[in-house]
Amino acid sequence: MMEKMIIGRYVPADSLVHRMDPRSKLIIIFLFVCIIFLANNFTTYVLIGIYTFLMLGLSKIPVRFLYAGLKPVLWLVLFTLLLQVFFTKEGSLLYELGPIKIYEEGVRQGIFISMRFFFLILMTSLLTLTTTPIEITDGLETLLHPLKKVRFPVHEMALMMSISLRFIPTLMQETDKIMKAQIARGVEFSSGPIKDRIKAVIPLLIPLFVSSFKRAEELAIAMEARGYRGGEGRTKYRLLSWNLSDTLQILILVILTILLILFRS
Amino acid sequence: MRKTVISLENVSFQYENQSNFALQNVSFDIYEGEWLAIVGHNGSGKSTMAKLLNGLQFPQQGEITVCGIGLNEESIWEIRKKLGMVFQNPDNQFVGTTVQDDVAFGLENHGIQRDDMVFRVEDSLKKVKMEHFLNQEPHHLSGGQKQRVAIAGVLALRPSIIILDEATSMLDPKGRGEVLETVRALKEEDSLTVISITHDLEEAAKADRIIVMNQGEVYREGSPEDIFSLDDELIHLGLDIPFSIKMSNAFRQKGIDLSKHYLSEEELVNELWTFRSKI
Repeated sequence: MMEKMIIGRYVPADSLVHRMDPRSKLIIIFLFVCIIFLANNFTTYVLIGIYTFLMLGLSKIPVRFLYAGLKPVLWLVLFTLLLQVFFTKEGSLLYELGPIKIYEEGVRQGIFISMRFFFLILMTSLLTLTTTPIEITDGLETLLHPLKKVRFPVHEMALMMSISLRFIPTLMQETDKIMKAQIARGVEFSSGPIKDRIKAVIPLLIPLFVSSFKRAEELAIAMEARGYRGGEGRTKYRLLSWNLSDTLQILILVILTILLILFRS
Repeated sequence: MRKTVISLENVSFQYENQSNFALQNVSFDIYEGEWLAIVGHNGSGKSTMAKLLNGLQFPQQGEITVCGIGLNEESIWEIRKKLGMVFQNPDNQFVGTTVQDDVAFGLENHGIQRDDMVFRVEDSLKKVKMEHFLNQEPHHLSGGQKQRVAIAGVLALRPSIIILDEATSMLDPKGRGEVLETVRALKEEDSLTVISITHDLEEAAKADRIIVMNQGEVYREGSPEDIFSLDDELIHLGLDIPFSIKMSNAFRQKGIDLSKHYLSEEELVNELWTFRSKI
């Protein structure tokens, strides 16, 4: 199941979107999430749609890959659509069958809201598909840097994020190992009643917790031995470079915002 | 007389809430450019020693001097730059998300300028022959490769001393060979001082000098030949003597005298297949 999910997965490729600065991508996503609520009629949704598909095209992510990965989410979009269609009772009556009544406003609302939902998912997954998690962390760290003034621990948060990212595969491997060890001892993870299966997770979680704490301690010692003493006086190895294309991309989004404001009803 | 890089004088250390001393009245010197092995069974105080040398713990009594600087709270950062450490678990010392990030971690901590950092990362990865793995993530590397990256991370800071704290104990024979080979080559190239803390006497056999620890005290100090001639005493201390030594002892008991007491495995094989022709 995890194999198919594409939310939060990075697909390496060499495209304009891949090469963009993570900061500009984060800013664009943040703005996009805001301005999508400006759309409220056919023209504005078309504008948003054109923009989204343009970005998708630029990212060179194979459509087949996107479709396979987003299929589970599409059900959710469909569900939203149906919910709106059946439960909005405004506008003129379009169709009636026994207790089921479908109104014009319901269809309109349903299509718009599910479109909004769909574009949001596409754009946000585009961010994680084209940006490595560590780039996102770096981008966030620099964008949130001003918050240091109000004593928000930006550097520590970023370090925590990058260490967690680094340890996810390690812990996955470990979980797998413990699981096999427990199966060898007769624990059943994949059969039996739900209650038993939930109980079977306990002998999996406890060793995992114990070893994670041990890892954390050893990691802290290793970090200290390598001279780590907080964010003060630290230089950065990863370099973010803001290019002309980043400025242009933001400019395009600003133009889109202006168009949306002009054409919305 | 060779130059002393680290000296310990009457060092004693006790962990909190423990009645026994982990180290008791330990004194010895470590000389520039030597490969020193500190051996001992579990709980002999050898790992505590590593923590003391790096200022991760401070002794209750005694003095530790590293490169002429007395070890105390203020000087630890200066000393940590000179003294790199490679730990036991390859996974739990890999901080960065990729190989190059991990090597850069120590450099970032010491506020090295970025241009210099890029050069040093590449240079030290070349030295451990991992330069083709720049963007590799740790879970795609073998244990030996991860340890080599850890060594590169240490090298990038240009230390004069490297401490291997059981650095090969979690590796398979191939990985162990890789790591020790790398360290040996580097030691020659950059005239580093290497301190390897280990319970593997095969590893210790390759050192210039061995210190045997037992119950928090220095039990014996000498060249590998001297130490391995202790035979039964070592077994008594919970240490296992290398196979080649056991083998040549067994030959001796059978009345076949080989030329030297201490032999590496390769030397033993050579000795054996040329044995008849000598007679």
